[in-house]
Amino acid sequence: MMLSATTDRPPYRTASPDRDMETTANGIKIRAREVHAWYGDNQVLRDITMDIEAQRVTAIIGPSGCGKSTFIRCLNRMHEMITGARVEGSIELEGQDVYAHEVDPVLLRRRVGMVFQKPNPFPTMSIRDNVLAGLRLTRSERRSQGDAIVETALRQAALWEEVQDKLDARGLSLSGGQQQRLCIARALAVEPEVLLMDEPCSSLDPIATARIEDLLHDLCERYTIVIVTHNMQQAARVSQRTAFLLHGELVELADTNALFTSPADSRTEDYITGKFG
Amino acid sequence: MVDPSRSSLIRARTTTGERLTERLLLACGLLSVLTTAAIVGVLLLETLEFFSEVSLAQFFGDTQWTPLFADKHFGIWPLVAGTLLTSAIAIAVALPFGLLAAVYLAEFARPGVRRVLKPTLELLAGVPTIVYGYFALVALTPLLQRLIPELAGFNALSPGLAMGIMIIPMISSLSEDAIHAVPRTLREAAYALGASRLQTIFRIVLPTAMSGIAASVVLAVSRAVGETMIVAIAAGQQPRLTADPRVPVETMTAYIVQVGLGDTPTGTLEYRTIFAVGAALFLMTFVINLASQRLARRFRGAYG
Repeated sequence: MMLSATTDRPPYRTASPDRDMETTANGIKIRAREVHAWYGDNQVLRDITMDIEAQRVTAIIGPSGCGKSTFIRCLNRMHEMITGARVEGSIELEGQDVYAHEVDPVLLRRRVGMVFQKPNPFPTMSIRDNVLAGLRLTRSERRSQGDAIVETALRQAALWEEVQDKLDARGLSLSGGQQQRLCIARALAVEPEVLLMDEPCSSLDPIATARIEDLLHDLCERYTIVIVTHNMQQAARVSQRTAFLLHGELVELADTNALFTSPADSRTEDYITGKFG
Repeated sequence: MVDPSRSSLIRARTTTGERLTERLLLACGLLSVLTTAAIVGVLLLETLEFFSEVSLAQFFGDTQWTPLFADKHFGIWPLVAGTLLTSAIAIAVALPFGLLAAVYLAEFARPGVRRVLKPTLELLAGVPTIVYGYFALVALTPLLQRLIPELAGFNALSPGLAMGIMIIPMISSLSEDAIHAVPRTLREAAYALGASRLQTIFRIVLPTAMSGIAASVVLAVSRAVGETMIVAIAAGQQPRLTADPRVPVETMTAYIVQVGLGDTPTGTLEYRTIFAVGAALFLMTFVINLASQRLARRFRGAYG
């Protein structure tokens, strides 16, 4: 693992009580500077510098293989879980370098949650246990609070009405769209600050997709959301900021409206008008 | 130019050769079915003959097994106890070692280490059981006697341990496959929730692979219950209703060997006892397999 972590940065802290004060709307939540990433010898990200604003939905678009998934996987250090993968550059979460030596990626991932492309509820667990999985995996969950946490998380994920009578059913017994919302609830239950979503709707039908998109509107009041999508309409619908990646480079990052109506870069224009990709 | 035979939609007629091959393959398939049926048939027939002379109440009610003595008793439990005791010792050894080896191989070992270690471990299962038997009798038992002075020369402990070593690779190999089959997406989900590597392995990966692990354990149990040579050599030949691993016992399989190799005349009651014991053994493994399917269904995730 190669890091360009500088030593004069403040040490990483776990969530502080006053963290909500620091994340004032539209402040910078994540600051990525000159991020390069590789799988073995294959460089997939080149010199990405990007600010991600707090309590906003930032969409990352681009053709397949442009590095958009890799980029968000760098944000919660999931990238390094793959053998041969490495990262250079700096990524700061509220001013703290997440790649600093003393940072525990496990603690980082509790603050930066993730939802994956395919719904992946834990197959051995009930709906209730899936929601509580993060808490049970990492710390002792207080029984008395369990039910309240489950209901809150499922309500936030807009799944409560559909599953409240069958919380003990297997997570896998739900439909694909419900499973994905269950995964969102599971991610929310550990109370992250940032939610990374890696093409969360790509395996869902249009109705399920619409439900998740509606959900994002509500969630961004409390969470900072970064969503990777290959669907430009989706990016336009759900996000306030959009980044366009091409061949591992950041071509353009702008307000979503501006990017789709008057892109500054001709490559962005070519892509959103369907000339390639 | 289109080949006229290819453009035709009419199927070429089946040749005699093809039909013959089909018959031959069917015959091969039937052969194994017939063999199994014949074995079960003989077993049942002789067992029925046995039970025409000895009542089920005696078989399941008596606590002594002495069909070869003047004072004959036909209680199966001493043999069942011997079998269960040695098998339990074997599983107590093989389950922790096999499972931990599987976790290491699947989750921690680098590919190079794994390539060497896995076949080496599997070699254990390839050692002839007679070797394990002698190993238990002449090496393991004397060694254990230094630790446990009251250990008899023939006992349940040392063949149980030897069997345990023998079946480690059955558990480790199959469990490793099951662990390996757990999709990456589930591990990633756990990591993304802030789980550490160990938490992910023990709370997500292993439970998900449980049906495969349970299947491997059941296979190992069946193997231990049916194992003959090791216990025949090192456990002794004294049917005894006991849970004490230090004294000589006789397993069901060892009894069958004892009578099968002896000079018991065919057609006598003594001779038929081995079919009754065989049928009981058959029933036991059958029940174990049935239970395993139940178990697997209960634990089944979508994978593993």
